[in-house]
Amino acid sequence: MDERDRYRGDAEVDSDSDAGTTYDQARWTDDGGYEPLLAEKDQTEVAVGGDDSPLPDGLTRDSLELPALSEPELARHYARLSEMNYGVDSGPFPLGSCTMKYNPKFTEDLAAHPDAAVHPDRPDERMQGVLAVAAELQDYLGRIGGMDAVTLQPPAGAAGEFTGIHIARAYHEHNGEDRSEVVIPDSAHGTNFATAAMAGFDVVELPSAEDGRVDVAALEAAVGDDTAALMLTNPNTLGLFERDIEEIANIVHDAGGLLYYDGANLNALLGRARPGDMGFDVMHYNVHKTFATPHGGGGPGAGPVGVVEELAPFLPTPHVREREEGTDYERYEPAHSIGKVHGFEGNWLVLLKTHAYIARLGDSGLSDASATAVLNANYLAERIDLDVPYGPFHHEFVASAGDRDAADFAKRMLDYGVHPPTTKWPEIVDEALMTEPTEAESKDALEDLAAAFDAVASEDAAALESAPERTAARRIDQVAAARNPRLSWHALEEK
Amino acid sequence: MTRKTRGSPYAPHTAADTAAMLDAVGVADEEALFDIPKAVRFDGDFGIEARDEQGTRRAVERALGRTDDLTEFLGRGHYAHYVPALVDDLASRQEFLTSYTQYQPEVAQGFLQALFEYQSLLVELTGLNVANCSMYDAASALGEAATLSQRVRSVSGERVLVPDHLRAGKREVLERYADGPNLTVDTYPTAAGTVDVEGLADAVDDGTAMVYAETPTVVGAIEESLGAVGDLAADHDALFVLGSDPVALALLERPADVGADVVVGEASSLGLGAAGGMGMGLFVTREDYLRQVPGRLVGASEDATGRRAFTLTLQTREQHIRKERATSNICTNQAWLALRAAIHAAVLGPDGLVDLAEECVRLPSDLAARLDDIDGIRAPVHDRHHFREFQAHTDQPAAAVASALESEGFAVHVVGDHRIQVCVTDATEPRTDEFVAAVAEVA
Repeated sequence: MDERDRYRGDAEVDSDSDAGTTYDQARWTDDGGYEPLLAEKDQTEVAVGGDDSPLPDGLTRDSLELPALSEPELARHYARLSEMNYGVDSGPFPLGSCTMKYNPKFTEDLAAHPDAAVHPDRPDERMQGVLAVAAELQDYLGRIGGMDAVTLQPPAGAAGEFTGIHIARAYHEHNGEDRSEVVIPDSAHGTNFATAAMAGFDVVELPSAEDGRVDVAALEAAVGDDTAALMLTNPNTLGLFERDIEEIANIVHDAGGLLYYDGANLNALLGRARPGDMGFDVMHYNVHKTFATPHGGGGPGAGPVGVVEELAPFLPTPHVREREEGTDYERYEPAHSIGKVHGFEGNWLVLLKTHAYIARLGDSGLSDASATAVLNANYLAERIDLDVPYGPFHHEFVASAGDRDAADFAKRMLDYGVHPPTTKWPEIVDEALMTEPTEAESKDALEDLAAAFDAVASEDAAALESAPERTAARRIDQVAAARNPRLSWHALEEK
Repeated sequence: MTRKTRGSPYAPHTAADTAAMLDAVGVADEEALFDIPKAVRFDGDFGIEARDEQGTRRAVERALGRTDDLTEFLGRGHYAHYVPALVDDLASRQEFLTSYTQYQPEVAQGFLQALFEYQSLLVELTGLNVANCSMYDAASALGEAATLSQRVRSVSGERVLVPDHLRAGKREVLERYADGPNLTVDTYPTAAGTVDVEGLADAVDDGTAMVYAETPTVVGAIEESLGAVGDLAADHDALFVLGSDPVALALLERPADVGADVVVGEASSLGLGAAGGMGMGLFVTREDYLRQVPGRLVGASEDATGRRAFTLTLQTREQHIRKERATSNICTNQAWLALRAAIHAAVLGPDGLVDLAEECVRLPSDLAARLDDIDGIRAPVHDRHHFREFQAHTDQPAAAVASALESEGFAVHVVGDHRIQVCVTDATEPRTDEFVAAVAEVA
């Protein structure tokens, strides 16, 4: 029986029954929840201040009440919590636009290296190792993106967008131009819209053409003297390459605007195409998505920003460069710097992992990563029974759950031991299942994943609505969570 | 079956797998899958040589090795305390480290609960009700507090007041956040390293949207006038935003008791240590502002069996739902560092946290007294209680003193022509005798 049949076999049994499923590890739960909170295990109130305190009472709090537990109790608590969490090493994780690829372990050792644990206020000559790695990473990223200069300071992709849009703003102001609008396709990541608004721009939303790409005529109508920039992801969120990118660049540049590249989908293009060569002026790199730094359940990431030469004077301060004489490195303030976008110099330990990944893979590995990611997406789409309305796609595709609710579809996929795709987005596809297997899935794993898709597709709506039933927690009530927000253990006690 | 010998080491495909997959897709090679116009096709090389794992490690370690081995008596917003081994061990579990943002809460209960416990820790430390799952760092948290002031109905005005000695990096990040909503960042004076209350009273007006103060301040002084600052902010319908960190908060006045509306700061003083400036911003506020909070929030709910379960909540504030009307553009945050901070705090427990905080008061006091005994040094410059760090006057030019100390293996901040700043924690305390001897040598 191949994987596909095995899943089908599961799906054919009554979904309320566990027949066909084996649990290989018992799971402990108590009556109220799945693992008690630390505060339910212990609450110890200690008095603060008093005669032994080094501070007068007026400067201290009265008391502090927190759990006081032993190391073995804590080890068991967090080990137990980790067992209720799905990671990349747990199984397939095909979240579209999130690029959940394998995270190499050796980069963690490098990030923990004592020579990396420095304070950024050291003088340059006392932290040459850090600056050397930073300079080399700037250089690597410049080559990969086709950009002339790179800053490592933005601490996440959205912070990179914020930096890039501020660079555009500073550039226009420097040229005596007041441009108030940022143009963004309707299929773009939510961060693009939020970033433009946060930086004080009006957002002009661009409808997609019927083929799922930028509507060039609509773009021509949308740009003008007020256009500061167009923010674009390429390939876009449908996985489609913007074939008209040269014309798009010309339209934006002719209007006096800049072209901003959202690097979320760069894992599709390594060694095949570079934003700089397509006419983009400024871009951010998502180091988690393209260079395999772990996502850490939400962060930290890093969002380096690359620019063409004309924009280099506007980069955040400090920027790292090789000294003119000798082999030493220094930090300096670019001539028209926008200032700072992080209190210090960004998420250094994440950047160090990024550097190590690129140095490990080199040209051949990076190029192969993209080729394999694109092959994997195409192979998976070929193997599943769902409609994929837009193509040819690259590293990701958007399938439609058809007459089923995509969110329910995803919940049921959890029961087959895989992480589901991103759901209900982009909106151009009905009940979207945005799927990105990455290069890290083997052929066998893709077949498991395809079997999970098809097993869910063959089930009735009731099975989907009651899913998941084989996960650590069953379907969680989102409405109740928002209606009665309880955001701390203190709030649980009150209500 | 042979494993391939080139390409990405993290793509599992054998040559036979690849051939079978290409065949199934119906193309001769992967290149046929790229729909890229010829004019923008990249035909060059990056010129980056591939290495094996050991070779990569050696290359990176060789580069990093160029950094001098210094004992850092450095702080000013980036602090190193000893991080217990349990933090690294537990946080490194792949289920935590390699997981994604908890958009499928049914398979992310562990991380969600850990973040809920982190939020609870901050609620206990501040006395305010709503803590988010983290911001990038203290500076961006301050910037987000400034934009929050514009979304809160009870606040009017477009001026943001910060102390004149605010660290430049924080000030500059705040200004970037202030650009969008057209806020003006102004300063108020400080005296002896803390708020000059009369000066603040002169500076604040009804056009003030936010007053920011810190404890400890950037010079290491413990602020003594927080209640007065809170009153001035309240009198002018301005938000009182207080900057601190979780270790200091375990000992110092509870923010809720001095009228703070928002607490921001650097939470990576727990769980991280010196990390090249990488940090983790804390953001805590009153329940009144719940729907205006930036970033992610974890809430308690129930699952289909009626058991308590956790989920990201109130997501309609966020960019992936609300787009240009979101409270912030933040998506990726510093969640894994929040997990680390929570584990560190749990290892310390309430006694350990308070002990650590009291040590942060005793150590700089003792060290300042010892340096003050040295000819050519006066310490501390500010007649205040200090936390972790203090400033010292040097008769010799400060840059020369710092440079000479580096030759002896120690790093300090140069903050003026004749002024250095010295930070001492449990991590550097064992080297204080040698440090004092070195200062005596070079002063």
